[in-house]
Amino acid sequence: MMPPLLEISQLAVTLPGGGALAEILDDVTLKVPAGCITGVVGESGCGKSTLLRAILGILPRHAQTPRGGIFFEGHDILPDRAAGVRGRIGFVPQDPYLSLNPLFRAGDQILEIMRRHAKGSRAEHKARLVELFRAVQLPDPEAALRKYPHEFSGGQRQRLLIAAALSCEPRLVVADEPTTALDVTTQREILGLLRELTRARGLSMLFVTHDFGVLASLCDDVAVLYAGRVAETGPTRAVLDAPAHPYTRMLLACHPDRAADLAGIPGAVPPATAQPSGCRFHPRCPLARESCAREVPVLQPIPGGRAVACPFHAEALPELALV
Amino acid sequence: MLLYILRRIALALPALFGLVVLTFILSRVVPGDPAATLAGDAATPAQIADIRARYGLDRPLLEQALVHVRQVVSGDLGNSLFSGRPVSLEIMQRLPATLELTFVALVFATILGVALGLVAALDHNGPIDHLVRIVSVGGLAIASFWLAIMLQLQFSMEWNILPLRGRIDVIYGMPHRVTGFLLIDTLLAGRPDMFLDALRHMVLPAITLALPGLATIARFTRSGVLEALQKDYVLYARAAGYGRFRLAAIYVLRNAITVTVTQIGLLFGALISGAVAIEAVFDWPGLGTYAVQAILSADYKALLAVTLVVGVVYAVVNVLVDVAQALIDPRVAQRAR
Repeated sequence: MMPPLLEISQLAVTLPGGGALAEILDDVTLKVPAGCITGVVGESGCGKSTLLRAILGILPRHAQTPRGGIFFEGHDILPDRAAGVRGRIGFVPQDPYLSLNPLFRAGDQILEIMRRHAKGSRAEHKARLVELFRAVQLPDPEAALRKYPHEFSGGQRQRLLIAAALSCEPRLVVADEPTTALDVTTQREILGLLRELTRARGLSMLFVTHDFGVLASLCDDVAVLYAGRVAETGPTRAVLDAPAHPYTRMLLACHPDRAADLAGIPGAVPPATAQPSGCRFHPRCPLARESCAREVPVLQPIPGGRAVACPFHAEALPELALV
Repeated sequence: MLLYILRRIALALPALFGLVVLTFILSRVVPGDPAATLAGDAATPAQIADIRARYGLDRPLLEQALVHVRQVVSGDLGNSLFSGRPVSLEIMQRLPATLELTFVALVFATILGVALGLVAALDHNGPIDHLVRIVSVGGLAIASFWLAIMLQLQFSMEWNILPLRGRIDVIYGMPHRVTGFLLIDTLLAGRPDMFLDALRHMVLPAITLALPGLATIARFTRSGVLEALQKDYVLYARAAGYGRFRLAAIYVLRNAITVTVTQIGLLFGALISGAVAIEAVFDWPGLGTYAVQAILSADYKALLAVTLVVGVVYAVVNVLVDVAQALIDPRVAQRAR
């Protein structure tokens, strides 16, 4: 079996501040196999963005990574926070409106990335960028080079950013909820474009989202994050059809498409400075027992190429919890 | 873009008109009778009345204001009550000295202020940042006339490395007047030695004048850069692998500088008024010393003209600032449409 293109292994990220140590990520392990789209799903504050920043080497200056590694093409890229892998990992940010500098031509901003990380002359870069603009279906690709960000619509700007992510011919693209800032029709178009481009170019993608609908339509595999830890992983279909971890089960029950009566999960996501002991979900979990507050559950393989971090995942949830 | 510039100029005109009317009325409602001053201590009431009638000072205030506005619009600033010569002539002789000093001070303050602000922001809460903040608070707190004298004591009297006063050494005399700017005229005359001397004379007054502006520019640049560094597009550019230098000095600074540029326009007014005190200390034959003289001799014609000229210069500078703003930010000219 081919080694995964990206492998995150037991990664921990902490942020000191205000006297308390915030454990943003703890023991996060996940893989992006070559040619696959892996989704990372979770609520706000679960550590999705920090995970992306760790991969891209843009963690806050004072963040610490006491344990773990991020292996890209077999090399640990975590220690080298600056460059090295830039250009080989493309990045599609969350907000196309805010991610381009309003004072510079959009084309120039992408050409600057290429100047540093892609081979070839500026003329070759320009030609390739126009090709990419065409591939992301930007109207009038030649003229787009000379336009400023404010002269594009939101959807067009996200297309620009997708072109930017592909500009240095990366093998991996990481995307941070790239459709949340867009309206629904544009969302569908952008998702279709991403799917098409990654397939056509044989790219792998790590796709962060909080939207199960997006997850189902795009991702081959999924990792569910809760409070900085992986709750469960597996093929997207299987996880969505039969979630194993109590958190995933309750989260899916919250989804308006699935639940006749909208349920909720009691309690709230704990702040990163005061993570519960043991299993971080235990204060909100209907299956919790005394041992859950003591022992940190590890990811255990279960049938179907899946893994779940809950020793009691086979038990049925009490009906009450879902109301 | 051209339309944008024309609009900016058109907006400046009513402000200047207001300035002319307002300063005239102000000059006439403050206590003090110019006719009495003109006539001298020994004048009889009849003589004073005669002067008052000759200068139209006995007419209603509004009528005087209208006459004044009409004269100004036709380009006539009147004669000095003190010397009897045309005010415009006297001002044109002195304006270049002040403009030159202010301009050099402004360039100095801008270059150094922007650099310090940028360095401080990149070293947020570090030692350089603290140092720049101390310097900029000091720069705003120190009184210019005191600093001027201290600099003179140290550099001219104690060390004797810079001239004490004036624009150029008396042994040179003045170069042939072309622009009135010594730094240009000396070069046009093919006299690099005189240019250097004029430059040496410029150092102390320019530093004194520049310091508060430098402090302001450094502070605004610093906060502008700090704010820009928080933007999503900076995070994105870092993720996409922009170089550190390009990110800071070009990508971020351009955003930060928009606020600074506006400040520079406003600062120019402060610089010109600051020049009044500094010109007195350094014996600089500029508009400031002329204004002081006009005030002391109740020469309201000269005073009005000085105010107007300063107002025009200020308006021109701010139109230039607006143009610079539009060049930096492509959205500005578009928004104004």
